[in-house]
Amino acid sequence: MTKPILDVKGISKSFGALKASNNITLDLKPGEIHALIGPNGAGKSTLIKQIAGGLTPDEGSVWFDGQDVSALSTAERAQKGMGRTFQISSLAMEYTVLQNVVLGAQGHRGDVFRFFRPVMKDKQLLATARDALAQVGLEEFANFRTSELSHGQRRQLEVAVALTLSPKAFLMDEPMAGLGAEGSHRLMGFLDGLRQQAPILLVEHDMDAVFALADRISVLVYGEIIATGSVDEIRSNAQVRSAYLGEEDA
Amino acid sequence: MKRETLLNLGLMAALLAFPLWAYQADEPFLITLTTRAVIFAIAGVGLNFALGFGGLVSFGHAAFFGLGGYAMGILAYHAQTYTPLMEAPFLIEGTKSMPVIWLVAVVISAITALAVGALSLRTTGVYFIMITLAFAQMFYYFANSWPTYGGEDGLSIYIRNDFPGLNTMDPIQFYMICYVILALVLGFVWAAARSPFGLMLGAARQNEERVQAVGQTPYRLYLVAFTISGAITGLAGALFADLNRFVSPTMFAWNMSGEIMIFVILGGVGRVFGPVAGAALFILLEHMLGGLSEFWHVYLGAILLGVVLFARGGLYGLIAGREVAHD
Repeated sequence: MTKPILDVKGISKSFGALKASNNITLDLKPGEIHALIGPNGAGKSTLIKQIAGGLTPDEGSVWFDGQDVSALSTAERAQKGMGRTFQISSLAMEYTVLQNVVLGAQGHRGDVFRFFRPVMKDKQLLATARDALAQVGLEEFANFRTSELSHGQRRQLEVAVALTLSPKAFLMDEPMAGLGAEGSHRLMGFLDGLRQQAPILLVEHDMDAVFALADRISVLVYGEIIATGSVDEIRSNAQVRSAYLGEEDA
Repeated sequence: MKRETLLNLGLMAALLAFPLWAYQADEPFLITLTTRAVIFAIAGVGLNFALGFGGLVSFGHAAFFGLGGYAMGILAYHAQTYTPLMEAPFLIEGTKSMPVIWLVAVVISAITALAVGALSLRTTGVYFIMITLAFAQMFYYFANSWPTYGGEDGLSIYIRNDFPGLNTMDPIQFYMICYVILALVLGFVWAAARSPFGLMLGAARQNEERVQAVGQTPYRLYLVAFTISGAITGLAGALFADLNRFVSPTMFAWNMSGEIMIFVILGGVGRVFGPVAGAALFILLEHMLGGLSEFWHVYLGAILLGVVLFARGGLYGLIAGREVAHD
């Protein structure tokens, strides 16, 4: 049994009477893509925020790389190696593409409080940055302003920035959202290989992508995980079919 | 060469050539006027470090300007009255030495900015504007009601402080001191804008979530930027007090905060040399429109309105185009 990188232990979170997370337990093991699916309003984003930081669970704890990170800030968890991509692209839009990836490399390396060294001439940072851009296929856009990129390219850039953090695990919140058929196909191919670098917790709406990529799937409905299993197990699970995949398939 | 670089060089050359011409033409008043512009420019460059690069709209930078002014006033007052500043627990005497006064002004404004920033930066937006204003007003009323150092009448210093090897009472020599300080401050800010810190601070201004996701804390970046910003503005305050040989609570007043902000907006928010252009334009307008009418602020208001509505990059935006300072 390999030890999980990420271990979510029985977390619960309520907003007033609404139980957004109800005793959720899930883990992420090295080398796997663990997909998290669920209908709108199931509490996926709330769960991601509790894992990545920003929201503190009422109960339970989040363990990352053998350490309880429940009390750490978002920035500290990122330093520990959580590479996050956002549901809605979250980039420095005035910066060039290259500046955004250098930002990631710089943030990861630390030594931010330096005032006299030109950051865009730092060979080490530039190498990391260009390497990440090359991996997602954005190298010829390095000098574009981020606001000039297409929606799909911004998603690729988000992944590239996450790569510069040399993360121990990726948290990807709907990376395919809004991509065309060709775009999602390309990203799927990329994520497929990425799991060898670091495992991915993938929140995704695109069922074809999830079934093609995931090693394991967890289904979240009304704040509760109703099933976790392989693609085949989830496909054949009656509870999942009625709750999520639609009554007509049942 | 980029247009912005040309504009920077032209501006600095003009600020050197004009006072030298005024010196040749025996117009000391014009030298003093340019000195005012240069000192205001330093204050503006200071504010721009927080406002332009960090997006921190401080409406309380008069606090640091005034602290710099009073650092000079109090030290020089004790030196000219031959009384110690304090005797217990250890002796501190006044001084007439400019470098010492600058150091004290910078350190005191930096410490104050650190404390004010640590509290104010817990808020954002309008609340941040109001809380920084409130801190500056506290200093204003405190200075007003402290009779030891002149209260609302302020403090007069009879002779300008000393700088080794120079006659500071000679307008052109004092001007050169201010000009060199401006150049050094600009050099620092220019380098900082390109540094790891500048990149990260600019990212925090655009998107705090992004900065957290790469493992950094926006609050810390803001606090350091605010502290440096306050220190630079404090240095400008010490020079301003020395220029006038006078310091009074008006240096703490909210109009002062507003004026410093006007230098930044007129010149171009987030452009390293923007406040220099803004302060120069402000002094030019004050001098020319002030001759037309006592109520010249009306025209200034109209111009400011025009800049905010139609030329949001200020003078630099109009002339050098819409670039950010970082590329």
